[in-house]
Amino acid sequence: MGHAESAALFVRDGARAHWHDQAGWWVRQRRDAGAKAVPDWEDLRERAEAIKAHALSNLAGYLEEFEANATRLGAVVHWARDAEEHNRIVHGLLAERGVKLVVKSKSMLTEECGLNPYLEARGIEVADTDLGERIVQLNHQPPSHIVIPAIHMKREEIGELFHRTLGTPAGLADPQALTEAARQDLRRRFLSAQAGITGVNFAVAETGGIVVVTNEGNADMGTSLPPLHVASMGIEKVIPRAKDLAVFLRLLARSAVGQPISSYTSHFHGPRKGGEMHVVIVDNGRSSLLGQGGFRRALACIRCGACLNTCPVYRRSGGYSYTWLIPGPIGSVLAPARDLAAHASLPFASSLCGSCSDVCPVRIDLHHQLLAWRREVAARGLLPAGKRTAMRLASLVLRYAWLYRLAGRAARLAMRVLPRPVLGWLSGGWSRQRELPPAPEASFRELYRRTRGQP
Amino acid sequence: MASRDEVLRAVRRGQPALVEHPGTAGLGVRFPDPVARFAEVVVEVGSACVRAPDLAAADRALRLLPVHRDARRIASLVPGVGGATFDPGAVADPHQLDGLDLCILPAELGVAENGAAWIDVRNFPHQALFVIPEHVAVVVRADSVVHDMHQAYERLRHAKGFALFLGGPSKTADIEQALVIGAHGARSCTVLLVGGVESTPGVRP
Repeated sequence: MGHAESAALFVRDGARAHWHDQAGWWVRQRRDAGAKAVPDWEDLRERAEAIKAHALSNLAGYLEEFEANATRLGAVVHWARDAEEHNRIVHGLLAERGVKLVVKSKSMLTEECGLNPYLEARGIEVADTDLGERIVQLNHQPPSHIVIPAIHMKREEIGELFHRTLGTPAGLADPQALTEAARQDLRRRFLSAQAGITGVNFAVAETGGIVVVTNEGNADMGTSLPPLHVASMGIEKVIPRAKDLAVFLRLLARSAVGQPISSYTSHFHGPRKGGEMHVVIVDNGRSSLLGQGGFRRALACIRCGACLNTCPVYRRSGGYSYTWLIPGPIGSVLAPARDLAAHASLPFASSLCGSCSDVCPVRIDLHHQLLAWRREVAARGLLPAGKRTAMRLASLVLRYAWLYRLAGRAARLAMRVLPRPVLGWLSGGWSRQRELPPAPEASFRELYRRTRGQP
Repeated sequence: MASRDEVLRAVRRGQPALVEHPGTAGLGVRFPDPVARFAEVVVEVGSACVRAPDLAAADRALRLLPVHRDARRIASLVPGVGGATFDPGAVADPHQLDGLDLCILPAELGVAENGAAWIDVRNFPHQALFVIPEHVAVVVRADSVVHDMHQAYERLRHAKGFALFLGGPSKTADIEQALVIGAHGARSCTVLLVGGVESTPGVRP
């Protein structure tokens, strides 16, 4: 099922779709307030874009530099070509040390690799510890948003879920009380886990350090108690220098939720005393995207979620209507690079309004990329038959002035004489939720000629 | 090793021609009174802020607050502040720190633009001390406050070990975007901003 079909199911519940729309818009407004408070915001975005472009143009060199420095600090660096190899490495590290329970903080990469089911199938319990991720884990769902994983759930539904899974009182729906219940439950797991897994927001080539950002402190609980820390990172996460962090950290939390900074911006330089730290560097299709011309700019993404919150299509269709686990504009440009046929509907899940590009802290040209992917979809013959026929017809009509005039006249006549159901059918989805405008009496061309003479 | 070489080879094949690093010169913000700005933003990000002329006054002010009054197990990594009842260096296993009510932490610097405090954990007896206590207090010297993150990174040195920007108490908004303080880490964060004022309002010496 493509995006449009899934989205149609989502909007069937109009009140809920509206609620979801408002939730995303609220976060977008917070982002606007956060951005406006920074006088050099646009300079920051330009610099962030340029630093990422530089980093990607010397990515192999920076990965080697990072590896050498991280190793010098006492971390162990592993390399994985794909998801399977990543999972095998992580499982190996856990199994060798007899780990039975691992606490994991938010990482879209481990979602992409399917790490949880891989480890669970091998007898290792994984507790997601970001509250939103814990909620969707208990609900047996993937995240529906990259920063706010349970944005699709109402507090009453989370209360019901916690009643079922954590034994909270029936009917409890207060966010404070529900968070407290999750805190108590997860603290037990933090205290009994034998390993912690985190993602990586930034890896710094110059220092060999990694930076992990959370508001909850879950990554810190998960790495400062158990003796083993495994950090999974995509190859694109490496930046040249520690000073570059200032640029990205000023942008990240403000773009995500309008905060000037997250509560915990943790800099790991090697393992803690008596502990072990392993960094798994994962390719899984990224090097191939690096070679795809202008599309490579999508690799600059710092996963703030701003493009999701602002996207009128994401807000009105929900994260699960996308065919890829990263929804919204950024997911819709990353997914086609992996498998165009499987995600052919995603470049069309956009009004091309360009708001995503305007809010992106690293200035990825998202809406241009979406349009470019549409061309790829058409060139590869992946358009649905209806759209293909319509496009052919449009191309024909637009090529001949006489045909264009004739078609216009026919359309105006049809709008006057045909009954509404027939018109509705002819106009496709357009008139499903709105009325067609009244047919104009004459075309613009005719009106112009009447008032100004020959055009 | 085979995977390493293969990944690096694929990256080299894909990466475009080198473009220059633009540097970070010219970026940043300046405030008329960065210490006052820091004190404001600290409250914006969910912490409490107490200004005090010196460490002794900060100690007196802290002892009047409920986070201290109601605390039984208190650890302090700032000599002279907080009246420790518990020595975290005496336990070998960080798991035994669960149930610590309050820990007083030293900050290396504060950042006016976002209210964050840089906490270098390298000399702490346990890394967990900034996140596992129910409440934390952070001592920031007024003369250590910088304007923005660029200035902060100019001063920081990244040696082996762990350090962080602490930007308030542990928080989440994952349930219907309702802000809840106290997700997994500290349920409150009190910043003791020391220096640059004559007296602490509301605290008699």
